[in-house]
Parts: sequence; C-alpha cells; structure tokens
Amino acid sequence: MNEEKIMPSASVGASTKDSSNENEMGRRGFFKWLTLGWIAFASATGGFFTVMIRFLFPNVLFEPPQTFKIGFPDDFAMNTVDIRYKKSFNVWVVRDDESIFALSTVCTHLGCTPNWLQTEEKFKCPCHGSGFRMTGINFEGPAPRPLERYKVSLSNDGQILVDKTKSFKWEKGEWENPESFLIV
Amino acid sequence: MAKDDKQKSLLERMGESQVWKSIIRSGVPQTRRQRMHAILGSVFLHLHPARLPKHAVKVGYTWCMGGLSFFLFVVLTITGILLMFYYRPTVEYAYTDIIDLTEQVPLGIMRELHRWGAHAMVLTVWLHMLRVFMTGSYKPPREFNWGVGVLLMTLTLFLSFTGYLLPWDQLAIWAVTVGTNMARAHPFIGHEGPGASLLAIGDINLVHMGSDVRFALLGGRFVGEATLLRFYVLHCIAVPFIAMIFMAVHFWRIRKDGGISGPL
Repeated sequence: MNEEKIMPSASVGASTKDSSNENEMGRRGFFKWLTLGWIAFASATGGFFTVMIRFLFPNVLFEPPQTFKIGFPDDFAMNTVDIRYKKSFNVWVVRDDESIFALSTVCTHLGCTPNWLQTEEKFKCPCHGSGFRMTGINFEGPAPRPLERYKVSLSNDGQILVDKTKSFKWEKGEWENPESFLIV
Repeated sequence: MAKDDKQKSLLERMGESQVWKSIIRSGVPQTRRQRMHAILGSVFLHLHPARLPKHAVKVGYTWCMGGLSFFLFVVLTITGILLMFYYRPTVEYAYTDIIDLTEQVPLGIMRELHRWGAHAMVLTVWLHMLRVFMTGSYKPPREFNWGVGVLLMTLTLFLSFTGYLLPWDQLAIWAVTVGTNMARAHPFIGHEGPGASLLAIGDINLVHMGSDVRFALLGGRFVGEATLLRFYVLHCIAVPFIAMIFMAVHFWRIRKDGGISGPL
C-alpha cells in the first residue's frame, strides 16, 4: 500500500534523474512556465478590471447637448433674466445695460437649482437659502462664490451660441474674459 | 447503550434516523465534543463560535449591537427582495411604484419596514462601533477586524445613500445631487479636487465634468435616469454582495481572534 503511494515518478521536479529526459519538465522549466503563467494571469485580471472601470464611462449620453443656440440677441429684453432655458439646458440668459451672458443654474453652495424671483430681483436657492444678484454675485446665505458663467458667442446665422463646456468663475477674474459675455 | 427501544425518547430516536444524520452529520450531541462538532459541521453555524464565554451573552457589555446589525441586514434583504417585485427603477415609474407599494400593495408596511430597518441599521452599526471602541476591542489581535468593520460601516452608509434616491421624489433627487457633489472635490479623480488640473496633456484636461469619479457614479453630468438605474443596481446587487463577503470575514475573524472580547 505504502509503496504504491510513493510510486508515481513523473511528479514535477521531484527527481533529478527524470529531468535529464528531454520530454520531462525540469525544475528550471517548471519555474519558467510558472512565472509565465502568473504574468499571463495577472495581466488578464488587470486588463479585465481596467475594462470594467472603462465600462462605467458611457460614450453616448442621453442628456441635453452641451453646446446649443438660444436665439437672436434681440430676443432678449434689456435688464431681464430669461428663464426659458432653465429647465432644458440649465442656464439663465441675462441681459444688462451692455452685454448678454449665460449664468449656470447650479448653486455654488451644494449644487441645487435656485429660482429667479422677479419681484425681489434675485436668485434664491430653495435648499439652504443662498441668494444671488442678477449678475450672479452672491449676497446672502451659505453660497461661497458667485454663479458661474458659460461661454457665449454669435454663430454664423446670427444666433447666440452657448457652450457649457467652458465656464468662467468670478473669483478667478474670468468674467473679464471677452468669451464670457456678448456685447450688444 | 443498553437502552431498550421502548425507553428511548422521541428526540433520541430522531437523532438516530438516517434523515437527521444525513443533514446534521452527527447524532443528537451528548458530550461537549459532540456539541462542538455539531457547530463545526454546519456551513451556517461554523462561522459562529463553537462555545461562548459567559460574558459574551451579557447585554450590558456587548449591547448586542453587532448581532442586531446583522439581524437588520437580514430583515432588509428579505423586505428588499419583496419590494423588488413591484419597484421599477425608471424615471417614469419609480415614484408612482413607491406610492403603489405603500398604498395599494397588500402589507404596505413592507416598504416602511425596509425604510425603518435601514435607519435602524445605520444607528446600530454606529453604536456597535462605539461599543467596540469604548471597550478597547479594536486592539491587537483584533485590529484587522476593526478595519473590516470600518469598511462594513462605509458600505452600510453607502447602501443607505443609494437607497435614498430610489423613491425619486424631490427630497431624494436633491439630497443625492448635494451628496454626489462631494465627489467633485475628490483629489485627482474629481474634476474640482486638488491635483485634478495636473492630470492634463497640454491644454486638454483628462479629468473633467464628463470623465471624473462623480461622472462614473451618476452615469452622466447630473442626477438623471442613468443615475437612478446605477443606484438601483448598486443598492440591490453590488453593495450587498460586497458587504456579505466582508461580513463573513468579519464573523470568522471574531472566532479566529480569540472570540468576542471580554471585560478587562
């Protein structure tokens, strides 16, 4: 019984006699294949996890486009806040004495959407009460900085083009940037 | 041994039947050793200590908060599976399905049980951590298990957070909007976080609104239908699955680290 258990002689690397046989795998060969096997396994696993993370970032979004036309400059009355594009594109279009600019509807406190209160001439956030002037400057509540503005330009057909991929922050002095407003 | 068949109790006879032995693997345990084997031989019981020290069942010391947390996890799993039979995670149906669940489906309390259980579990997990901390049970050799516990607490909070969106009412949408905005500030992988602007090739930012960790969590630039579906999958499948693995490790390590800690 006992001898039978010991009998198998083909066990890998167990006996030096067998390694002289060219068909048998020696100690060195065994480790070579083992290393190769582990590298293959590790790269396959790593590759799979990389692909898994990439899988979570969709190529096509079913969201409103980031760049869109909002009509001609004459469509916007002097000293008013246009709320037509709030729901569809999350921007307010404001026209003051000299320019038109697009304000982000995202509250700079925690990201809720404020409302434009015409009678009080301010944006008021329902979440924690932050208030912003028509210009987007914060003046009450916990909001730490003004609303952001988006890039506006005139397209070839004379309509205003808003590009939300580029935003301008007041605290960085970016509202001076000519791309952040449209002289009318 | 010499007992007559007539003298044997029903329990003893059951313990010797083939059905019993095939399931329990040993007869009715008589000795300490046999009792130990009965515990070790069961896949469910073997995570639990084979014998308990007296102080381990003293509620004044343990508060039973770990046990209650596990109990609530089981309750939440059962009620959660039941809710899944009615709830559809789409913008069109999510809100009305919850109303349907509370008002029309028999036993509308099922949804409340799930909600109350969730609130209670967050509470018991915190109290469990407080107890473990106050009794110094995080000290070696239990420091690894404390780490596992911290992870489990995080998973509990994440389960609570992902479940909060599913009713799809104003409170849920804005709470998750506010909550996920924190991910913007994550170092390097959040587009407003420190170091994110360093990850750029020339003028092109690699980490922006459409490629950061918040984007992966929401499945878009803002909380929308992709977010609802993502949170649903995370809440019902992904996070419970990970939590269960770590719970098994957690319970197993209690045994391996010398059983439940006692008063010093």
